[in-house]
Amino acid sequence: MRKIADKDIRIGVFVCHCGTNIGGVLDVPSLAEYAKTLPHVTYSADNLYTCSEVGLTEIKKNIKEQELNRVIVASCSPRTHEPLFRAICEEAGLNPYLFEMVNIRDQDSWVHMKEPEKGMEKAKDLIRMSVHKAALLEPLERIKVSVTQSAIVLGGGISGITAALNLANQGFEVSLIEKEPELGGLLKSLNKVFPSNEEASKLLDSIKLVESHEKIKVYKSCIIEKVDGFIGNYKVSVKQNNKLDEIEAGVIIIATGATPLNPDGYYGYNGKNIISQLDLESLLKNNTVDANNITMILCVGCRNKERTYCSSICCMSAIKNAMLIMEKNPDAHITILFQDIQAPGTVYENYYRKSREMGVLFIKYLSEKPPVIKKNVVKVYSDLLNQEIEIPQDLVVLSTPLVANEDSVLLAKMLKVPLEENNFFLEAHVKLRPVDFATDGVYVCGSAHWPADIAESTSQANAAASRASRILWKDTLEVEGSTAEVIEELCIGCEACIKICPYKAISKDETTDTARVNRVICKGCGLCGASCPKNAIIIHHFTGDQIRAEILTYGGEV
Amino acid sequence: MIIGAGIAGIQASLDLAERGIKVELIEKNACIGGRMAQLDKTFPTNDCSICILAPKLAECSRNPNITLHTLSEVQSVDGAAGNFIVQVLSHARYVNEEKCINCGLCVEKCPMRVDDEFDMQLRKRRAIYIDYVQGVPAIMSIDKERCLWFTKSACRLCEKACEREAIDFEQEDKEFELNVASIIVSIGYDVFNPESIVSLGYNRYPNVVTSIEFERLICASGPLGGHLLRPSDNKEPKKLAFINCVGSRDIKNNPYCSSCCCMYTTKEAMIAYEHDNEIKTTIFYIDLRAAGKGFQKYLQRGNAEYAINYVKGKVAKILEDEQKNPVVLYEDIDTSEIKELQFDLVILATSMIPKKDAVKLSKILEIQLDEFNFFKGMTYYPQKSTKEGIFLCGACRRPMDIPNSVVDASGAAAKAAEIVVKV
Repeated sequence: MRKIADKDIRIGVFVCHCGTNIGGVLDVPSLAEYAKTLPHVTYSADNLYTCSEVGLTEIKKNIKEQELNRVIVASCSPRTHEPLFRAICEEAGLNPYLFEMVNIRDQDSWVHMKEPEKGMEKAKDLIRMSVHKAALLEPLERIKVSVTQSAIVLGGGISGITAALNLANQGFEVSLIEKEPELGGLLKSLNKVFPSNEEASKLLDSIKLVESHEKIKVYKSCIIEKVDGFIGNYKVSVKQNNKLDEIEAGVIIIATGATPLNPDGYYGYNGKNIISQLDLESLLKNNTVDANNITMILCVGCRNKERTYCSSICCMSAIKNAMLIMEKNPDAHITILFQDIQAPGTVYENYYRKSREMGVLFIKYLSEKPPVIKKNVVKVYSDLLNQEIEIPQDLVVLSTPLVANEDSVLLAKMLKVPLEENNFFLEAHVKLRPVDFATDGVYVCGSAHWPADIAESTSQANAAASRASRILWKDTLEVEGSTAEVIEELCIGCEACIKICPYKAISKDETTDTARVNRVICKGCGLCGASCPKNAIIIHHFTGDQIRAEILTYGGEV
Repeated sequence: MIIGAGIAGIQASLDLAERGIKVELIEKNACIGGRMAQLDKTFPTNDCSICILAPKLAECSRNPNITLHTLSEVQSVDGAAGNFIVQVLSHARYVNEEKCINCGLCVEKCPMRVDDEFDMQLRKRRAIYIDYVQGVPAIMSIDKERCLWFTKSACRLCEKACEREAIDFEQEDKEFELNVASIIVSIGYDVFNPESIVSLGYNRYPNVVTSIEFERLICASGPLGGHLLRPSDNKEPKKLAFINCVGSRDIKNNPYCSSCCCMYTTKEAMIAYEHDNEIKTTIFYIDLRAAGKGFQKYLQRGNAEYAINYVKGKVAKILEDEQKNPVVLYEDIDTSEIKELQFDLVILATSMIPKKDAVKLSKILEIQLDEFNFFKGMTYYPQKSTKEGIFLCGACRRPMDIPNSVVDASGAAAKAAEIVVKV
């Protein structure tokens, strides 16, 4: 590593207006002027939008013309913009780790909108701290890792099938793992599917494509025991018919689906004249629906205190079953008690309208006044009529939501990915990275992510496959260089760091009795460094010296 | 080849480029970014829209696997999956792309004042312009229809102002041919003009605006610099009403549901409240459609923390009082009475409608549209168009929000990659 003499350090500071986000609160030109007064700063400027092409060109130009060897951008969040600015530095020939970002927007102009003078003081502090840190930055190299160019898809429902087929058609080897004895998932228990009303089994024709595909190996009745490794190099231990096996893969796609909530205990469910939509599916399959007055209750066990969410697919499947019954028995009276009908888009709204034209009756109920089932009638308070009404019934059908699989907690732990409060898998960013995780190399699709219908599931499955293929087509990839490193001579082998590491990136080297960091797994979070009693761990890019310099210039003591 | 560079087209391009596949990205406008660039913030996280879009725009122009063709349109397509021959027409920009540094000197000198489409005609721009400051590519372009030189053979002030001699009135439209294995259509949507629903008073009452106009009005980079004022008297509005399903779920206009409005009216009300805690909002709805991840919670937050009152009922009419306050007539479903409520500003959540050029493009590509003129995808594999090798994503196939468009885009990219690797 090349060290430059202190006198040769040339720092460039670019202060961003971010339109009015920062410029509307802080005096950005004078911050740029202030930066010029700081040690080693040889250039500073303000830009309306540093992230625009104009702003980026400015940075590149000045790295060359001003021979800058450290660049600081004072603007927004490194979470969204640091990769871009680092790449720009790299394009101009500067090591990307010689870049520093100061967040004077989220942490300053946004929170001190009503007190700009204090905001200015804080911005100056933040910029000065960054300049002092930047002077001590060291160039780092990204780490190259080899990639096993194959995928593991967990779950053999329609999502898993679609994801596996796409990757296999792109030429990648796929291991498709299903815990049940057969592929097909929830679709297996359905009669017909909305909005085409074709047989659910028709959609499962793709099972044959999967099972005959030369690139796909299917593991049925197969359970995951352990997941080791990291992006490009996963090792998954599986158990199939009491036989242990190990599968290697570069990426893992979670397509494990969800489970319909057990209706026991809701509205006197008895499986006879008070049944679930899933029960109704099998009655329809066997053509044994024997009732004329049918009432369907939606949102049973959801959109309540216990489960606040909307399961999104139940409205449409209730409407589907209502229409199928009406087609066979036009004299049937079907009433659907709902909270809000979820029929978004073009096709679903048409489908909903068609059901009303066929004579399906819809009554909105309020969650605080749920329907009551009596002998031969359902009593419900109608908001529209402002009174309680009685609907004759000889069959009540309950729509329960999809809930997260019981084993999702365990699976999430094995894969080191997060779940949201209902135990569905939590993606990296709801809008921009909807099938990714913060952990690289793991993706999610279908109802494991959130209750999804078939079209949504296949869309997400192909999306997850697309994201995975970005990793799989290369035989090597680069990962972050800002990681932890153990100084062997100082390490006493106490294992404090091994215990605290949330990524399981540290292990014991038995021959030297010291800790060793797997820099590919390490995210540079710093927990190990802070917990080491011997200061034997360097957190690159956040070294003790660098942080000390920031604290000292702020006015602190070390 | 990807047609349309909004968030869907951009995401599909980035996925394919990162997969090692070359992408020709065709955009009709002078800048990429599409609708998302016009939005202030986005639900359900309330992230600033342009802040999360801008890095993707920059990535699109920097990625060596992506070739950007702005001001461009597809003229004709021949061939089949694996080998499409495409004729593209690139309109002249009249600004040299190599020389322009987007300094803005030319803009200051241009004497023309024309309606700014990016800002929904809420302010004026010049005849030489860039849609928005973060626009990519960051190059000016001349609006030929409005430029004095092209219309009256006069002026050329921009040419004199430009220190880099980037203005080039001699530039000509270019036609060129592309050979591609697969095509993705992502041309997005248009916004329904509610003028045709006369009872709502849009364009007659100044304080009745559309939701996309409201996005610009409240946006920091919009015509009011983010300080919300109502159009009639530039006063701060305190009582807002949002009317959902304007033009949607309406057999006289668009029978379908626009999918996003329940969520974005809540978002717009939240932002308004964040600007001014005295603002109280009423949202008139038919059904509250919030089935997406975390969406129910979002509406509950709107109600509990942002003073949003949700009223079920279809609005019959909007009137105006003497102070130009809109007065909303609606049926109170609890009492079945017609009630009147007066507001300072009414925002119409207008339908997302098919892009005007969808019909023409569908003929060029020989793919089908649905009954509403959205591109028709397969029911259970909706990114697949009716023709082998051509895929669909985003709001050009049905109204959808940003998360769904991003999923759709990656899904279409995966399908396109299957075709490309076979070639």
